[in-house]
Amino acid sequence: MSQHRRPGFVLEVDRSTPPTLFMHGEGFRLERLPVGSRVIYPAEALPVLKDPDAAIRHALENPIESAPLRELLFPGMKLTIAFDDISLPLPPMQRPDVRQRVIEAVLDVAAEAGVDDVHIIAALALHRRMNEAELRHALGDRVYDAFAPNGTLYNHDAEDRDNLVFLGETEQGEEVEINKRAAESDLLVYVNINLVAMDGGHKSTATGLASYRSLRHHHNVKTMQDSRSFMDRHKSELHSSNWRMGEVIRKAGVKVFQIETTLNNDTFPKPFDFLQKREWEWKALDRATFITSSKALERTPFGIKNKIFQSILAPHDMTSVQAGAIEPVHELTTAKVHEQQLVHVEGQTDVLTMGLPYICPYNVNSIMNPILVACLGLGYFFNLYRGKPLVREGGVLIMSHPTPWAFNPVHHPSYIDFFEQVLSETTDPLEIEAKYEKSFAEDEWYRHLYRTSYAYHGVHPFYMWYWCAHALQHLGAVIIVGGDTKAVRRLGFKPATTLRDALEMAEDVVGRDPSITHLHAPPILLADVT
Amino acid sequence: MKALRFERSLPRFAAARIAGTLAPGRGAKVGPLKLVDVDAPELPGPDWHVVRPRLAGICGSDLATVDGMSSRYFEPIVSFPFVPGHEVVGELDDGSRVVVEPVLHCAVRGIDPVCSWCASGQTNRCERIAYGHLEPGLQSGFCEDTGGGWSTFMVAHERQIHRVPDDLTDEDAVMVEPTACCVHAAAAHPGGSDGSTVVLGSGTIGLCTVAALAARDVHPIAVAKHPEQKRLAKSLGAETVCAPDQLAGVVRRATGSLQNGAQLTGGADHVFDCVGTSASIQQSLQVVAPGGTIHLVGMPATVSIDLTGLWHREVSISGRYAYTHAEFEQAFDVVRAARLGRLVSATYPLDRFTDALQHAAEAGRRGATKIAFDLRTEKERNR
Repeated sequence: MSQHRRPGFVLEVDRSTPPTLFMHGEGFRLERLPVGSRVIYPAEALPVLKDPDAAIRHALENPIESAPLRELLFPGMKLTIAFDDISLPLPPMQRPDVRQRVIEAVLDVAAEAGVDDVHIIAALALHRRMNEAELRHALGDRVYDAFAPNGTLYNHDAEDRDNLVFLGETEQGEEVEINKRAAESDLLVYVNINLVAMDGGHKSTATGLASYRSLRHHHNVKTMQDSRSFMDRHKSELHSSNWRMGEVIRKAGVKVFQIETTLNNDTFPKPFDFLQKREWEWKALDRATFITSSKALERTPFGIKNKIFQSILAPHDMTSVQAGAIEPVHELTTAKVHEQQLVHVEGQTDVLTMGLPYICPYNVNSIMNPILVACLGLGYFFNLYRGKPLVREGGVLIMSHPTPWAFNPVHHPSYIDFFEQVLSETTDPLEIEAKYEKSFAEDEWYRHLYRTSYAYHGVHPFYMWYWCAHALQHLGAVIIVGGDTKAVRRLGFKPATTLRDALEMAEDVVGRDPSITHLHAPPILLADVT
Repeated sequence: MKALRFERSLPRFAAARIAGTLAPGRGAKVGPLKLVDVDAPELPGPDWHVVRPRLAGICGSDLATVDGMSSRYFEPIVSFPFVPGHEVVGELDDGSRVVVEPVLHCAVRGIDPVCSWCASGQTNRCERIAYGHLEPGLQSGFCEDTGGGWSTFMVAHERQIHRVPDDLTDEDAVMVEPTACCVHAAAAHPGGSDGSTVVLGSGTIGLCTVAALAARDVHPIAVAKHPEQKRLAKSLGAETVCAPDQLAGVVRRATGSLQNGAQLTGGADHVFDCVGTSASIQQSLQVVAPGGTIHLVGMPATVSIDLTGLWHREVSISGRYAYTHAEFEQAFDVVRAARLGRLVSATYPLDRFTDALQHAAEAGRRGATKIAFDLRTEKERNR
């Protein structure tokens, strides 16, 4: 890895600019953007920690605003280690996973201190449960084999009434209910992976270990519309609510030792590493790989393509680790995320284009269904800004993705019903929230599948749609290029066959000769828009 | 007079069955249905009237007959040759418009005393539909003596005649007979919003059942394949409209059920199967609640279904055939309230009967609901 990484920047397209890469689900396209368009490129990968295990040990021994971990541990105590679930990082990282490194280090310290009542919990909130292979990948075989067989390594269950505890309310009346074992432990160690600025801080415990009763106070339309954006903690109502809840958790006596890690944005392994290079720097091998893989993918059935892409393990590695009190730790973490991801952009654009990849936080080892396509584009990528949205109010967002009418029935059963029964009636987030959320959230069948199978909670597709609420309120139109026409229309968006068609359609909304900006992600970047 | 007449011809019946299997509605081209010149039927008695059809609908049972798909059950209760057409609005000699209530029950057949069912007013259950002074025939349109609506001339007994109010169009009036079937079906529902109700199928019978249930303040989950059917089902009073492959999920959500495999643990208390195929009955069993009832409104034939769930969950299957005289009268109100004349999508002259029958067989896919023969023009009248 080069130690002289280049920062992110904004390119203005001229006649000599080569075609621009657009991710397109389980594939990619080269598109020629009009002269004068801007392309925002992410920074190159930050240098990684040379000895991550030593850095972790150092963080545990020298925490911020906290005694060293070993001083917090004592024989006979209850220790709970919670960790970020399958939704992080993206793509899943090559072994050893950061969580394995950190948890092994924490367990070493715990063993030295004579702690033997240890539970390890996947803090998945209302996400699907992680299966054995996924837990082994995240935590390593040693941890899995030591804890899973005796039932001390498990997934958080937000519907297990016997293992939830109500800790109180915030001043705004937000109820705080979290995992009982975590709350009643002498120490809760939270092991985080901070892939984007939204992650971490009080959100780790207040969201990751919470129940629907608690989550509904910030996972709602108003919160999302009041977060500008939720990638900027200080302007995010989502985070304000989590911070208030964090205070309730602290006052209830829950002692949290927060360990946060950051990764560089080295996203794609060979032979797909050309996807994170700047197009004019592609070598002959990169061009050949692009051509052969694009042609091959065009002829490959969806199921096989999906398997190929879902098997990608990212080479990204740790750039920092910090431990101790939640808030100061998170300040450092956020600064490190910004160091990797911030790109300064001057002024908004009339039309924002983006190529959506095959993966988002909720379809690891699964299918990116249309609701997740919407969420990735309008929820995540649209919100990758600080200051002002990249696209002006009333502007147009053009996303490239095949958007198949396809769902994983094991992982996303309530998504299917949401898509077929709710979005067929209305796409208005407020109406959806008022009319349908409760019945999905309390549906006994979805609850059963969430608890015993590998299904996202019944309410989860609603949250995906709420994630889009700010963008839906802000934008004049959303166009999907190359998507399944019926699925795109069901989402309430406009389908276009080509980027050129989409740009022409956009002119109907924003006028002739619009300014165009392309978000060249992944790798992830955070636009600092002034 | 000109009439479309169905004759007993085994080779043509076999040809129709083959053609109808290949493509529904195609049996008309090769089967026993012919446009012929025939003598007008004679009045069977003093209480009978000449009816000159104005519009005559094409029903699913007619299509099954034309395609050779009808059950052999009907053989002893029809008489050949017959002129089909039992959904009829026509004119009497005095020019007044009437709808024919086609069931040929005891009183129509001159049987006295009438059977116990007719005595109780349930003429749809008449035990004498093959007896009395008329040739066998469960309804006008299946009886050699009465003629049928697919012609310019038929006869009907005074008890079969319902005057058409002036505010109803011919299109409204031709919908009264199928609607009456659905009023009768809906009468099996206790009414009101308790529990959950499904209407499977959104052809004429499905849509009219939705309307008839809505008149009883029951707003069902309707199953529709095609966009126009979905729109109509919603406008006629369905609470929810879904595609067939979505039904289990929709009913499961509406009733808070769990699932055992594909079988819902709970389900709808009433399922109105307006299709009548093996697949629709099987699907009805999948979504009906324990102790619930499947009402067969669509005419079934020979079906193959797994009845284990019916036995285990104590489900009832109940046939819903035709109507009583009172229900036929009620149908006028349902037609008026729901403006069911709008379901008449296309009309054809008799000599284009193959096109008409094909259109009827493909109605849903072609955005249509009810196809009818139009006999109002002078050219048709004077045939």
